[in-house]
Amino acid sequence: MTIEPRLVITMAVICLVGIGIYGLLVTRNLIKVIVALQILVKGAILALVLAAKYQGQIQLGQSMALTLIVADTIVAVVGLALGLQVRRRIGSLDLRDLTKLKG
Amino acid sequence: MLEVVVAGGMIFCAVLAIRSSYLLQSAIWLAGSSALTAILLYLMGAPQIAVIELSVGAGLVTVLFVFAINITGEDASTVLPSIPRPAAWAAVILVVAAFAWMVLPGQQPAQVEAGLAGFSTVLWQDRAVDMALQVVLIFAGVLGILTLLGKPAAAGEPEGGDSDD
Repeated sequence: MTIEPRLVITMAVICLVGIGIYGLLVTRNLIKVIVALQILVKGAILALVLAAKYQGQIQLGQSMALTLIVADTIVAVVGLALGLQVRRRIGSLDLRDLTKLKG
Repeated sequence: MLEVVVAGGMIFCAVLAIRSSYLLQSAIWLAGSSALTAILLYLMGAPQIAVIELSVGAGLVTVLFVFAINITGEDASTVLPSIPRPAAWAAVILVVAAFAWMVLPGQQPAQVEAGLAGFSTVLWQDRAVDMALQVVLIFAGVLGILTLLGKPAAAGEPEGGDSDD
């Protein structure tokens, strides 16, 4: 019995999305939140390329996935910079402590 | 069969990245997940994006994570979760079920022949707006890195010159 690669990758996408959402929901550490977001976006990249492949437009899927990777990397950079500044100012990476910020 | 092994390893790394109590371990597991994602993308016939995922996802992002964790210190995530775990599991099951319902069709469509346009043609001609957007995003990322590397302000020193005098 052989398992179709499409089904395997679809299941992997679903698992990655589930893991990412679970991480986003239960984590209070700012850096762990960014890790969870990265995992979620990996699922989205795989889904995009998989859909493009089975529509016969793999190059279009790759170009869209490239945009997604760039955007995801920038989100990680800005999020880490934000976390660093938060840590310097309030001494914690706990998201609940961000309620103490004053504008 | 190779896809099963790679996908299994990728999910295993992703689970450990979330469950690990130490941020550095979490970043390393995330890098492993990125590398296996790149292999999966290559197996799917997308070598260009696989290389980019490997260099950016497993390389650059991991370096940034390790750098940021070294600066902030290991803030072991032993705090309580944001919401109760049963509620989180219920939300995850709901979302995953909805997602699976959307992406798992009853009938598998036949694979269509690949288009003739090459990756560079699609990227630079058909998706020119995306490329312009990426340039803007990269500038935002550079600003983020400058903030990451910037010196912290001294205690009591007003920042940005917005002191009310």
